[in-house]
Amino acid sequence: MDFNFTEEQSMLRDTVASFLQDKYDFEKRRKMIGTDACRDPAIWEAFANELGILGAPFSEELGGLGGGAIENMIVMEEFGKALVVEPYLGTVVIGGGFLKHSGYAGAADLIGGVIEGKTIFAFAYAEPQARYTWQDLKTTAKKDGAGYVINGHKAVVVGAPWATHLIVTARTGGGQRDADGVSVFIVEKGAKGVVTRDYPTVDGQRASEVYFENVSVGADALIGVEGKGLPLVNKVIDEATAASCAEAVGAMRQLHAGTLDYAKQRKQFGTAIANFQVLQHRMVDMFMNLEQSVSMTYMATIKLSEDDAERAKAVSAAKVQIGKACKFVGQNAIQIHGGMGMTDELAIGHYFKRATMIEGLFGSVDHHLRRYETLSFDKAA
Amino acid sequence: MNLEFSAEDNAFRDEVRAFIAENYPEQLRGKQDEGDDLTKDDYLSWHKVLAKKGWVAPSWPKALGGTDWTSTQKYIWSEELARADALPVLPFGVVMVAPVIYTFGTPEQKERFLPKIYNGEEWWCQGYSEPGAGSDLASLKTKAERFTGDDGKEYYLVNGQKTWTTLAQFADWGFFLVRTDPTAKIQEGISFLLIDMKTPGIEVRRITTLEGGHEVNEVWLENVKVPVENRVYEENKGWTCAKFLLAHERSGIAGVARSKRGVEKIRDMASNELGDDGKPLIQDADFKRKVAELEIDLTALEFTELRTLASESAGKGPGPESSLLKIKGTEIQQRLTELALEAAGPYGAPYLRDLGDNAKIGPDYAVGRAGAYFNTRKTSIYGGSNEIQRNIIAKMVLGL
Repeated sequence: MDFNFTEEQSMLRDTVASFLQDKYDFEKRRKMIGTDACRDPAIWEAFANELGILGAPFSEELGGLGGGAIENMIVMEEFGKALVVEPYLGTVVIGGGFLKHSGYAGAADLIGGVIEGKTIFAFAYAEPQARYTWQDLKTTAKKDGAGYVINGHKAVVVGAPWATHLIVTARTGGGQRDADGVSVFIVEKGAKGVVTRDYPTVDGQRASEVYFENVSVGADALIGVEGKGLPLVNKVIDEATAASCAEAVGAMRQLHAGTLDYAKQRKQFGTAIANFQVLQHRMVDMFMNLEQSVSMTYMATIKLSEDDAERAKAVSAAKVQIGKACKFVGQNAIQIHGGMGMTDELAIGHYFKRATMIEGLFGSVDHHLRRYETLSFDKAA
Repeated sequence: MNLEFSAEDNAFRDEVRAFIAENYPEQLRGKQDEGDDLTKDDYLSWHKVLAKKGWVAPSWPKALGGTDWTSTQKYIWSEELARADALPVLPFGVVMVAPVIYTFGTPEQKERFLPKIYNGEEWWCQGYSEPGAGSDLASLKTKAERFTGDDGKEYYLVNGQKTWTTLAQFADWGFFLVRTDPTAKIQEGISFLLIDMKTPGIEVRRITTLEGGHEVNEVWLENVKVPVENRVYEENKGWTCAKFLLAHERSGIAGVARSKRGVEKIRDMASNELGDDGKPLIQDADFKRKVAELEIDLTALEFTELRTLASESAGKGPGPESSLLKIKGTEIQQRLTELALEAAGPYGAPYLRDLGDNAKIGPDYAVGRAGAYFNTRKTSIYGGSNEIQRNIIAKMVLGL
């Protein structure tokens, strides 16, 4: 049983951390978010060329760092600590996940593009009617000669404004909520018939409503086996969920550390508020939530390589812990900061907002409790 | 023991419900839920309708414009206002400074200020908190030094900084706690001053809150000349006024009627939002359970408030038990915004503030849910944080 990181992994963490401290501090981030593009392209370029982290989970043959889920976890935690909005999750974790697990013919080229910083993916899976049921799909991909024609409306596609390519779930068969008939496609964002309405999100990112109006794609757009895509989708979403847990841990570390700092400096009634036992116990409870979240993130990341049921159960368990922790740590960070916690000026509120969004990302606490229950109690012995 | 409304109470309910339905300004209805900032005129439009009717200040003495309603009638009135999603009358003038003026003020002060508060002609803000004086309000440092002006009149020269001053950007006047005796024990050197916000030396600076809105401000005072006749009550006895005002601020703070309306809205939302099984979320066992628990908690608060009102009618003023109403009331308000954001699902993420009417992304019920959740974190902090409120109960009720 080993929870140690290798020397390379520690170096990866240190490199990312020190780059972000230098180039992505809170005020720099605020400026970037305030631009129309909401980001500075030099950052992604640095990720690609200076740090090489866009290759973190890809094999060395493909030009990557030869890592996997643990490397993604390390990068995402550092990103959470700095509130990075760059599309690593969509591109490296999700895009990379689909390309690595599906045997897709064009994978090597696309991965090459990702590592170079030229290819950016956004995952268009959610739909207006579907809440957290990934197989609830009204988007259709009808066979058209050798290719397909895609029609539908994808909701809240995070990172779509910055993407070069979209990964789209669509129905090639079956009823709206059937497990069978789900297919996955890669579509160039600039393809004819792809219409987007871009908007900011409450936590400083960008997303789009994406409309597919008779979008024609070739046979080579299909990832995996036609109509049998749901297990692949579930696997990649679980990997993305584990990575998001890591990001949440990073955000919670800052929420907690920031609160400790504030409470030690803020004086009322002649003493630092950190001296009041009620607040001390609160900060201890925040600490416990944080530590349990670290543990569950490690557990879920390690178990990503298990079979479908084990992996799903582990990821859901982690997301339940992290979801609850995000709420507790976030809310109490604001509370202990008092009025200052309510301002846009301080970073603490921005961490709270991001933690709140991660709480619901890829499924609420209730959703994951139910999935865990189904896997733990309802399956036949 | 009796939980029934009388025939007279029911008739009263019908009367006020009809009045609200017929007179609530149309332009306000939709604007509020969107979560965008309201204008000064928006806030005042309803106030002026109520002032004309004579219903803007039900708790004032009848002679000054109050309604002489029983506590049951006041309770019905707040239920009907909540039911109609009516904007509350801004409390700073009518509910906060006015009772201080009519209780502690001179006849001249009452005549000068009360009618314009009543009619909504003058907008008030509250200059209490300072960067160094939050929970420890009594440690405030804004100072007021007395001097005789060139005109022979007596003034205070005020210097300092107030913060979290709600809607000061619209204010005509402010009531400020200032230090007039820096040598006395901290609560014994404070005075209560009424200050014209147009006085030279006053600067109001916007504070943006984390959901992006503009509700609160910093107020900077540099060599602000305030006539001594604008002081309410005796010099250095202002803390008495402040305590009186804080006790008044706390009753009504339970917000039961509005929270009931909040539960209704969640039920509505959840009837439209589809859950993971494709059926309305309100039928989802887990979600339903959470709504049930919240309703039960709210019922408990409602009856505790009714018991408090009953003992107030029997002659006892608002006591430290009102801290319970503040704690539970705000925790419930916060829980409501949590559940509403949860009900909104993935469409809780878009930030549509200031994007104008074109920005219809996702269902209407999801718009602004995240902003409301973030903004409502303030309720456990303001009006005396919930930690302070627990200290008050411990000390004043439990004798600990």
